[in-house]
Amino acid sequence: MSVSPKVLAGYGAILLLSLLAPVLFPNYLFQLAVLWMMILFALTWDIMGGQMGYNSLGNIFFFGAGMYISAIVQVGLYYNVGEYTDPSGTIEASFTPHQYFTGLTLGIIAAALGCTVFSIIFGRIVFGLRGPYFAIGTLGVALAAGELMGTWEWVGGGGGIPMPVYPYGPDQRARLFYYMCFVLAIVTFVFLKWLYSKRFGHAINAIRDDEEKAEAMGIHTLRYKTIAFAVAAFFLGMSGAIFGNMIGFIEPLEVAFPTITFGIFMVVMTLLGGKGTLWGPVLGAVVFHVVKETTWTYMLGWQWVALGALIIVNIVFFQQGILGWAAEKWPERFGIVVDKSRTAGGR
Amino acid sequence: MLDNIMVLVQAPLVPLQLLLDGIFIGAIFILIAYGLALVWGVMNVKNLAQGDFVIMGGYIAWVISNPKYMGAWAVHPILGLPVAMVFMFGFGWVIYFLIIKRVVYRDMFTSLLATFGLAIVIAQLLNQMFGPEVQVANSGYPTWTWGLLSVAAIKVVAFALTVILAAMVVIFMRYSRMGQAIRATAQDARAAKVMGIDTEHVYAFTYALNAAICGAAGVLISMIWVIQPFFGLPYSLRAFVVVTAAGLGNLPGIITYGLGLGVVEQFGGFILGAQFQQAIVVMVLVLVLIVRQIQQNRYRQAVV
Amino acid sequence: MLNISKFKSLLAFIATSLIVLVAGPAGAKVEGDTIVLGSAISFTGKYSTNGIHASNGYNLAVKKINEAGGVTVGGKKYKLKIQYYDDESTPARTAQLLERLIKQDGVKYMLGPYSSATTKAAAPVTEKYKIPMVEAEGASRSLFSQGYQYMFAVLSTSEQYLASSIALAAELAEKNGRKPQDLKVAMVFENDPFSLDVRAGVADDVSKYGMKTVIDDKMPRDLSDISATLTKVKALKPDVLVVSGHSKGAATAARQIKEMKIQVPIIAITHCEAAKIIAKFGSATEGILCPTQWSETLSYSDSLFGKAKDYDTLFKKEYSGYKNVPYQSAQASAAVQVWKDAFERANSFDTDKLREALAATDLETFYGRIKFSPEGNNVAKPMVLRQIQNGKLNVVAPSKWASHPVVFPRKVSY
Repeated sequence: MSVSPKVLAGYGAILLLSLLAPVLFPNYLFQLAVLWMMILFALTWDIMGGQMGYNSLGNIFFFGAGMYISAIVQVGLYYNVGEYTDPSGTIEASFTPHQYFTGLTLGIIAAALGCTVFSIIFGRIVFGLRGPYFAIGTLGVALAAGELMGTWEWVGGGGGIPMPVYPYGPDQRARLFYYMCFVLAIVTFVFLKWLYSKRFGHAINAIRDDEEKAEAMGIHTLRYKTIAFAVAAFFLGMSGAIFGNMIGFIEPLEVAFPTITFGIFMVVMTLLGGKGTLWGPVLGAVVFHVVKETTWTYMLGWQWVALGALIIVNIVFFQQGILGWAAEKWPERFGIVVDKSRTAGGR
Repeated sequence: MLDNIMVLVQAPLVPLQLLLDGIFIGAIFILIAYGLALVWGVMNVKNLAQGDFVIMGGYIAWVISNPKYMGAWAVHPILGLPVAMVFMFGFGWVIYFLIIKRVVYRDMFTSLLATFGLAIVIAQLLNQMFGPEVQVANSGYPTWTWGLLSVAAIKVVAFALTVILAAMVVIFMRYSRMGQAIRATAQDARAAKVMGIDTEHVYAFTYALNAAICGAAGVLISMIWVIQPFFGLPYSLRAFVVVTAAGLGNLPGIITYGLGLGVVEQFGGFILGAQFQQAIVVMVLVLVLIVRQIQQNRYRQAVV
Repeated sequence: MLNISKFKSLLAFIATSLIVLVAGPAGAKVEGDTIVLGSAISFTGKYSTNGIHASNGYNLAVKKINEAGGVTVGGKKYKLKIQYYDDESTPARTAQLLERLIKQDGVKYMLGPYSSATTKAAAPVTEKYKIPMVEAEGASRSLFSQGYQYMFAVLSTSEQYLASSIALAAELAEKNGRKPQDLKVAMVFENDPFSLDVRAGVADDVSKYGMKTVIDDKMPRDLSDISATLTKVKALKPDVLVVSGHSKGAATAARQIKEMKIQVPIIAITHCEAAKIIAKFGSATEGILCPTQWSETLSYSDSLFGKAKDYDTLFKKEYSGYKNVPYQSAQASAAVQVWKDAFERANSFDTDKLREALAATDLETFYGRIKFSPEGNNVAKPMVLRQIQNGKLNVVAPSKWASHPVVFPRKVSY
């Protein structure tokens, strides 16, 4: 794929704008950080849902697992987690800058690795399932994880864990987390772009199109499915670790395993933008997040009615998504060769 | 946990109480699951709005028995049963032509997500209309006690009504013209069409019938437990657990697994603590899926 | 896969314009003659019943203060206004919305969200930006052990909610010639930060008196069925049953206690008023103990609302459908009064001066006296325990405030 200067300029503009965001829009950093997070959600969901045709409703499991792994590492390095989370508040915890950053770094690494391991186990459970059973099975695992986390008292149960407090000023904290989300999303994007251009991309597309045939042609489908799941888990785990620290307080049902909010948003965003493409999820996430944040908060309760309606309209009437629609409208812009020679007699 | 098991052994009325409660709640799961199996089997629609239809039915019973809405016309909530069934039938019919019609022939994930959107809309509209408070419809029936055992009369009434309702649906499916058309469509939609069955009409009827069944279940639930706009999802999940475990078109299976789930929930809640009750439902779901996979793996065949 | 080369520049353009679109100018803390307070509160989701009670309380106080002329700062009269967002009962959303209120909307004075869980997410944000927050609905003790400097709570902390019922049980046992050590306690709590904190308070008192805990269950997530736990209660016959699960837990517990004819001498449930259990379950709720932050029968008063009783009347007139005014509303109103008082004493809009003024608050309100400890909780007001007697809520403990003697054991005919 040759890269034209125009495209390069496009990439450059986005990168530059994102890098300068803390200077240009200092008041919106938190929102923008969440936006990068949403882009990452959509991109990682699309690996399985769009490229491989396995519609998972439980990817949020890795987000929550990453968040908890990181929290346990960050707290556990210096305190007894059980005492730290005790609701009667027996210990007064504080973290020095050195402790904080060591914990954060190790926490994120542990979250990424831990989630990759989880994805292999999780995959063994659900990969034999097809179609709606796969969707329901993954949904079940994510819901079960939230429920069971809530009964595990050592990590605070339903009371959750207050995360270590950032040792420096608020503006610096906002910038740090913004850049972490930004870098993570960009790395995910570039990595997936590379991955899809390799044999891997073709293999998982083949699984989507016809798994039996793909297997008959010698593609080791289980291996590819496991890798695809692991890639999604790796990045989602890190995003969970970062998000937990960004929010500052984690709790199993609403923050760590928000199955019916973030868990569904990642599907809706991908479908909105157009699944099975690289830019579709990004576009979907941007449109979804911007529309949601500009209109939602003024609707005081009605926003969820609007969300439900959006999902229905999106799924029922507009499933190809924005990019899919654009590809139908202007096929030549997408490199789809419309054979005009027969109708127009060639050039 | 061990203490709790000891209690079970020492006081034999306690397990009996749990068993009864499990069966009463399980009977209602059967209704909801049967409705799901119907739309799943006939039109291949995985209806995630199942639980929200149930809650809607509950609100109908609550509204018609509430003087605030009905003034002097307020009636006993049990009369909500026919009202809710008629209303929900109409509602299901409308929803079919608005949304479901367009997803019947699409891939399976589409119906799952579309009905999920529908579930959100219903729950939130109920929230906007009636507020988020927990509501109950009071039957005013007594509770019978016998030593440690206590049985609310309404649970027995609800159980009887469930049985009657289920029997009516089964008879309808077997002997009526429409029931036969539904079964024919489920077996082979194209052949049914060729034979002159208006499949569109059959689909609409099936979906509406499911909504009516759910509405009836909701009326009973509002008189036994509590309803709230956001309580739909747990019921949807339970219906999925039962149908997944039993398979489609397997009425004895649905009855067994429905009652089984109710009983397992009660015993699990007793032994492990009530906080595990919901976790048990999803764990059973995951377990069922794993077992099915192992079974299917023997034939190296996909679970479709 | 699609080759979308040219489309990318178009995308970049769309993305750029969208981001520019969002980045409007930040609003102002004081708009003309209006002071803007901000709050992210639960209008949807599991805490929404009480979220709405609390926002009703905020709104009533704002209305009343504005009618009475508003807030005087620097010799000028200002009106109050609240900018709300819906936090959907999720802490993650609360944190996000507070960032939004502070950074995007430029609101500098906060009112708290509903529930301890959401307040736990809100406090780190307000603390970070040094924005004072007066909160009325987050009672968890762990909120006050974090060293927060900018958070002030008008209510008593949650470990006191049901602990008083344990003390009462011990007192009654001794009066009836039984040792407190012989008492058996059953605990049923929702699995959320607030209720777990209430549980910790109860557990402390239970071990203080040497009582025995026979049941220690959490409610299921949807809080719609606790019959398995109540079956255990029937089998083990505890002397005290304590339940806490916000409004939903209270409604479920009251319904199933009625249905299963639970006979326990002392039953205490939080959020009785908010769940409207008397209206829903009538005489079956007779004798249940309800801890409350505030009661309309108490003798507090202030110049704005008058007596506690007057607030009760006004509130019922303003919002239909309330048989009892939930204390969640009363304390929300009190929080707005604290802000008014602080503005007038600080005579400034500067957040640091306001923080100083808030810390020095010593205010008599219809809700009770408000004076903050260095940790930020209100230490000047007791919790009281009410009992449902003949369908009315009467204060029975502590004895200083009691208007009626406690009925023991609970007499109820199902």
